[in-house]
Amino acid sequence: MNWLISPRRLRKLGVLGMNQRNIEYISGHNERRLFPLVDDKLKTKELAVAAGLTVPQLVGVINYQHQVRTIAELLHTQEAFCIKPSKGSGGKGILVIHDHDDQEYFKPNNQSLTLIDIQRHTSNILAGLFSLGGQPDKAIIEHLIHFDEHFINYSFEGVPDIRIIVFKGFPVMAMMRLSTAASDGKANLHQGAVGVGIDIVSGRAGHAVQFDRPIEHHPDTDMPLADISIPHWHQLLYMAARCYEMSGLGYLGVDIVLDARHGPMLLELNARPGLAIQIANSEGLLKRLERITEMDDLALIPDDRVSFVQASFA
Amino acid sequence: MQQKIPFYLLVILLISLGLGSAIYRHINLEVPWLPGETREAWSVEARLEFTARGGAIVARLAIPESQPGFTLLEQGTASPGYGLSYLTEEEIPAVRWSTQQASGKQVLYYRAQFLLDKGQDRPWPAAPEPLAAPILPEPTSLAAGRLIELARQQSANQITMAAQLLNALQSEDQQVQLLTQDRSLEETAVLLMQLAGIPARRVTALRLKHSRRNQDSHAYLMVYEADSVAFFNLATGKEGRPQRLLIWEMGDRPLIDLEGGRNTRVSFAMKRDVVPVQRALEQKYQDVSAMQVSLHSLPLEEQQLFRGLLLIPVGVMVVMLMRVLVGLRTSGTFMPVLIALALMQTALGAGLAGFVLVVATGLVVRSYLSRLNLLLVARISAVIIIVILLTATFSVIAYNLRIVEGLNIIYFPMIIIAWTIERMSLLWEEEGGEEVMKQGGGSLLVALLAYLVMSNYYIQHLTFNFPGLQLVLLALILILGSYTGYRLIELIRFSPLAQNDKDRSG
Repeated sequence: MNWLISPRRLRKLGVLGMNQRNIEYISGHNERRLFPLVDDKLKTKELAVAAGLTVPQLVGVINYQHQVRTIAELLHTQEAFCIKPSKGSGGKGILVIHDHDDQEYFKPNNQSLTLIDIQRHTSNILAGLFSLGGQPDKAIIEHLIHFDEHFINYSFEGVPDIRIIVFKGFPVMAMMRLSTAASDGKANLHQGAVGVGIDIVSGRAGHAVQFDRPIEHHPDTDMPLADISIPHWHQLLYMAARCYEMSGLGYLGVDIVLDARHGPMLLELNARPGLAIQIANSEGLLKRLERITEMDDLALIPDDRVSFVQASFA
Repeated sequence: MQQKIPFYLLVILLISLGLGSAIYRHINLEVPWLPGETREAWSVEARLEFTARGGAIVARLAIPESQPGFTLLEQGTASPGYGLSYLTEEEIPAVRWSTQQASGKQVLYYRAQFLLDKGQDRPWPAAPEPLAAPILPEPTSLAAGRLIELARQQSANQITMAAQLLNALQSEDQQVQLLTQDRSLEETAVLLMQLAGIPARRVTALRLKHSRRNQDSHAYLMVYEADSVAFFNLATGKEGRPQRLLIWEMGDRPLIDLEGGRNTRVSFAMKRDVVPVQRALEQKYQDVSAMQVSLHSLPLEEQQLFRGLLLIPVGVMVVMLMRVLVGLRTSGTFMPVLIALALMQTALGAGLAGFVLVVATGLVVRSYLSRLNLLLVARISAVIIIVILLTATFSVIAYNLRIVEGLNIIYFPMIIIAWTIERMSLLWEEEGGEEVMKQGGGSLLVALLAYLVMSNYYIQHLTFNFPGLQLVLLALILILGSYTGYRLIELIRFSPLAQNDKDRSG
């Protein structure tokens, strides 16, 4: 039976299931009052800046509907930017504009939008169309990330990002998410993005999946996925480990992008990171999580935690 | 593990409370575990016949009450032209008929339905005050004295003594002959009881036999001893109360008291009815305190409401199972329960068709609305209005096509449908039609399952009659809420990992 796996086998492989994740890891290690810090990207950004982490540069924030009319002035000086909802989830409502002349705005696929389109998108964000539970939201305008040349052929339209699961401050597992035509340029695995398991020690690619099934090449660009190696890997791990102190969340998904000019940048944090990372790495999370649970609560600094991880999970 | 102990204690407490209350209701209030159980009830009709003299008539007929073994369910009379009053507050309950003028043969009917009911715990009336024994001629008094003396020697208490006395009366003894010379056997028996100082009452009873007409009543003697009561058939002297012996009158009075008529005769007809327990209980408890019987004491309309409400936890439980154990995704966590509730009001097929029709049409309209660039609240409000218009339209069309089930569409919760449409349409824009089908299908599947469970006859019976079982459901939901095992869907989702395992070991 290839399409089914017995629960005993899963347990033996140390696969973390949704119920266990929700009860033991999210409820057990993430205090509810801390959720707004990560659910609101603007707050995360402020925290990260305060903690000295690099983040995409903020161009402006649209808080109120009446500010929407003046958005053109805000955008005038920006050659390329993206507009995103502050409380959005799953990459919803992110509009990327890579060029414009104040009349026409071009998306990465060269589709052109008018200023009216931009304004409407912004109002939709404010009305809560993309936010969790439809609550009113803010629109964030950021500098566009110029992603590393390394990955130019590994991604279709979107920006590839690196998701690292951080448990009690220890980065335990990582994957790279590459957008595809199927995922419509979004880096969400369940929408069809490719997940590439990244070895937590070396930063090199291992296994890769799309739609939860193994693949070898990027479906659109046909690049061999196993060749991926992430530069500044140690720096990424360090950044991820720092997010623990910054957010106070014990079980955390850290999303990092590699900017060609500024290096690794913290994109966002997720208090309910998904489980697909296990399929991408072809390995269960539980053994690593338990390894850390067993440790006495040593007040390790982020550097020590990264060293521990690189020594233990080799 | 330590902090789990109070949790398990709570679960155990909830389960035992729930089951305990259900068992209590089953034993003490006789609520059956399964629906469709029936009880034996008896319809008894007293037929009072007399010839009126042409003047005013007042007829009084003693009537029975609930008593150990029998519960009065309902009573009524058939007596055209007569004024009627129930004298149930008097020592001897009776029905009184009266009329200004009547002549010729008159027939009056009184009917009562009794539930054969082992659980009836209304006590027998207290023992009567002993009356002073009448003064008797010397020989009679001596004979009686001797009988009593003999009986006293051969008995242990008042009941056994009464048995001895009645037994003696059946013999051809000289003393008995002397006593019964100028009084009937029954009168003799009562007289002996009086002389012996045994508290006893003469009662009139009916032996219930299926489908009999023209039955006479029987005289019984009811003898008190401390807390117990024994019955003796006065005609035979035999002790014991047959299970189907209904005591009609307990005041030692004639059954009938008639003014203005003659040739009185009362006869009885009876038949056995089989009534569903539910109805029997409803009638039995219709005027008992609400604490005891809870939901059955509510007016029918509210009962109906609670019937539905108490099913919701069962539906919620189904949703919970599907989410936690199976991992099905639905649009809106408990929306399936609401759909299931609506389906219970409509016919299943018509309900599903109506739901899909409204949602599909709503999605089309909503796709136009999304182009208008409206605020969220405005958009949902617009969708609500459209949903209502759609249901109205479909109802009218269905009605005109003579599809009566089409009307049931109004049972669907409009606002929930509007939200469903909104959510599905967002889902469509963001994740494509496939995801809409997946979540919509999941919701319908769960709704269907919830419907099947909730419309189950047994489940409905249990939830409504044993509200305590809700606590058991609560406990189960608490347990499910702390389940950390894999979901069924994950066994498929993570199956590629098995491949990897083989590679490594192989």
